[in-house]
Amino acid sequence: MASKKDFVKFDKVDKSYDGKVLVVKDLQLDIAEGEFITMLGPSGSGKTTCLMMLAGFETPTNGEIYLDGKAISSIPPHKRGIGMVFQNYALFPHMTVYENLAFPLRVRKIPKDEADKKIDKALSMVSLQGFAARMPGQLSGGQQQRVAVARSLVFDPQLVLMDEPLGALDKNLRESMQYEIKHIHESIGVTVVYVTHDQSEALTMSNRIAVFNDGKVQQLSSPDELYEKPVNSFVAEFIGENNTFGGEVSDISGGKCKVKLANAEILANPISVKGKGERTTVSLRPERALINPSTKMDNLHKGKIEEVIYHGDHTRVRINLLGNPEFILKVPNSSSNLDIKLGNEINIGWNSDDARALDPK
Amino acid sequence: MSSETKQILTTDGIPLEVSLKKAEKKNKIKAFLLVAPLLFFLIITYVFPIGDMLFRSVDDKMVTQMLPKTFKAMENWDGQELPDEEVFAAFHEDFIKLVEDKREGKLSTQLNYTKNGFKSIIKKLRRKSKSFEEGNYKEQIMSVHKRWADVEYWRAIQRRAPEFTGQKYLKGMDMYVNEEGKIVSVEEDRRIHRVLWLRTLEIAFFVTVFCFLMAYPIAHLLATLPMKYSNLLMICVLLPFWTSLLVRTASWMILLQQQGIVNDFFVGIGLVADDNRPEMMYNKTGSYVAMTQILLPFMVLPLYSVMKTISPSLMRAGKSLGGTPFVAFWKVYFPLTIPGIGAGCLLVFILAIGYYITPALVGGASGTLISNQIAFHMKSTLDWSFASAMGLMLLSGVLVIYWLYNKIVGIDNIKLG
Repeated sequence: MASKKDFVKFDKVDKSYDGKVLVVKDLQLDIAEGEFITMLGPSGSGKTTCLMMLAGFETPTNGEIYLDGKAISSIPPHKRGIGMVFQNYALFPHMTVYENLAFPLRVRKIPKDEADKKIDKALSMVSLQGFAARMPGQLSGGQQQRVAVARSLVFDPQLVLMDEPLGALDKNLRESMQYEIKHIHESIGVTVVYVTHDQSEALTMSNRIAVFNDGKVQQLSSPDELYEKPVNSFVAEFIGENNTFGGEVSDISGGKCKVKLANAEILANPISVKGKGERTTVSLRPERALINPSTKMDNLHKGKIEEVIYHGDHTRVRINLLGNPEFILKVPNSSSNLDIKLGNEINIGWNSDDARALDPK
Repeated sequence: MSSETKQILTTDGIPLEVSLKKAEKKNKIKAFLLVAPLLFFLIITYVFPIGDMLFRSVDDKMVTQMLPKTFKAMENWDGQELPDEEVFAAFHEDFIKLVEDKREGKLSTQLNYTKNGFKSIIKKLRRKSKSFEEGNYKEQIMSVHKRWADVEYWRAIQRRAPEFTGQKYLKGMDMYVNEEGKIVSVEEDRRIHRVLWLRTLEIAFFVTVFCFLMAYPIAHLLATLPMKYSNLLMICVLLPFWTSLLVRTASWMILLQQQGIVNDFFVGIGLVADDNRPEMMYNKTGSYVAMTQILLPFMVLPLYSVMKTISPSLMRAGKSLGGTPFVAFWKVYFPLTIPGIGAGCLLVFILAIGYYITPALVGGASGTLISNQIAFHMKSTLDWSFASAMGLMLLSGVLVIYWLYNKIVGIDNIKLG
């Protein structure tokens, strides 16, 4: 697919509702054609506002949004040709599934037989053939959700926006819908902008994720990079689990730095620290620390087990380590006989590469 | 399922049904005792008066009881020629008794309803009857006034013999039973009720339309504005609602009269000449304006309660799918407000059809409604049975509208809030 790199382009977009607080600050974001991009962030971070500006229900206070090279701020929503899936599906309750899907085709004056074909195709895409005559109220949450997806795709838009579409579903259904949406995206190659506050949803589905906080994109990268290499402590905290140590850089050389904690010193990977004396937060993923490591690791410390929680496939162990009583370890459920008992002292090791010295919180 | 072959027993061996009834009996009694006061209240204040009204509207016992012997004697009369002596004698006997009880006036009023001209001849008969001699009453009565010798008047008396009559209902439709016993309309220039019925329907219809046109945008604003503004607007809608009906009507009189504020304003901006101020009160205009304003909240509230439940994302969905704002409104929003429209229109129409005080005060002669006529018969002519008959006709009209609404829209689609 000859895809454009900047199919959707946010150019220096600011948004304020009351003239006092900026909800979105200087947003600079390019979305490539055919991409599945997720805007992820806590509530109030400005991600939904961005989506609404793209859909045309909010106007940017400053800056411009381009869709396929055209500035769209002055185009009303109904002329943008963008499909949208809403948080609560927003199916028209007085119309059957068929009529709901026919609505965007009717307003485009598409002949009936052609429209019927498109509707059939859209319904089979979400495996809801035979439901055309039902009213939305007669469908389950998951089915309504799929109708909403079908409706947003039935008129072949180039861009589909999804505003927390799975928020109202239960956990199992949510997971299966995630795959379903991902597969639909892969099979028809439409560009999707997806908004969610659920990180696992974002990690599962997206090509790229934009992590929003405080009206700004904190990091824009692929899911694995986001998880493995967070660029600041907000992203590290927000995505996945995280052990942190707050301290001061005492030495920095050769791609490594020493961080002085209250009563110890650890080796870390300097990401956003430049020199000696800087405050920093060191972030370490729980699965990157090992108990009694067999290989040589450049960080090796002793800690006391405070709590053991059995999770089936793994065991979570809370350890008081280097003055941090909330240090979490994930121990895979294997046959190896580790001495994990409450109150035991154990050796814990990790590589300094995995301990990322980020900005102080 | 036959209960004999497969009767389910409880663990103690009592039939399940019996046991269930026993267990629920106490709760049922409690529930009944809780609703009993309301039930009692409803029977006394609603069922009983309406029953009485229904009875009154067809009750015609008064004349039957005043002239028992006459009607007995008339049973053999074919109504072609003048009745014979037996009837006259019986009538004389009844009449003397009425005069003794001083009730002959009532008789004259009642008979006058049936046929004009009874009042004077009964008065005359009372005077002359004191000097009547015994026997040959036919001659003596006929000599009192020539109408007593007219067979039409005797037929009119005979028509009052039945204890029950539907003639009040016919009168309400400007119809009556003529001498041949056929139902016919009264002369054109005496048809007052039909005009009133039509005007009542017309005013109620247009007041409903005006209320709808004004309430729809207000309700929409109420449902979509932020809380702090919508509360203020809600108070503005409800404030007149909390004011006495009489006060509101009176304030319309101040506004609408010829030297009133609205007219002053029109003259002030040069819309009308000072010596040509339009009459906006004591005619239909007055009824329209005042009733629309007074009934507006009854339209706003059901509409508001329905609009409040419509998610704003539906309109957005309509627009994002390519519908212009109008299409999104017309295809998505409007159909969802129909339950509220139905409830509001039904409520306003039914209230308007029975409206009384406002048209009486600002309606004048051309703006009064059927309820004013009912009140007139209750208070002035004291023809309660006629008032009851018209009241029941109004009630059945409302029930017909309700039934029609149920057929077309479905009563369970209604939403009052």
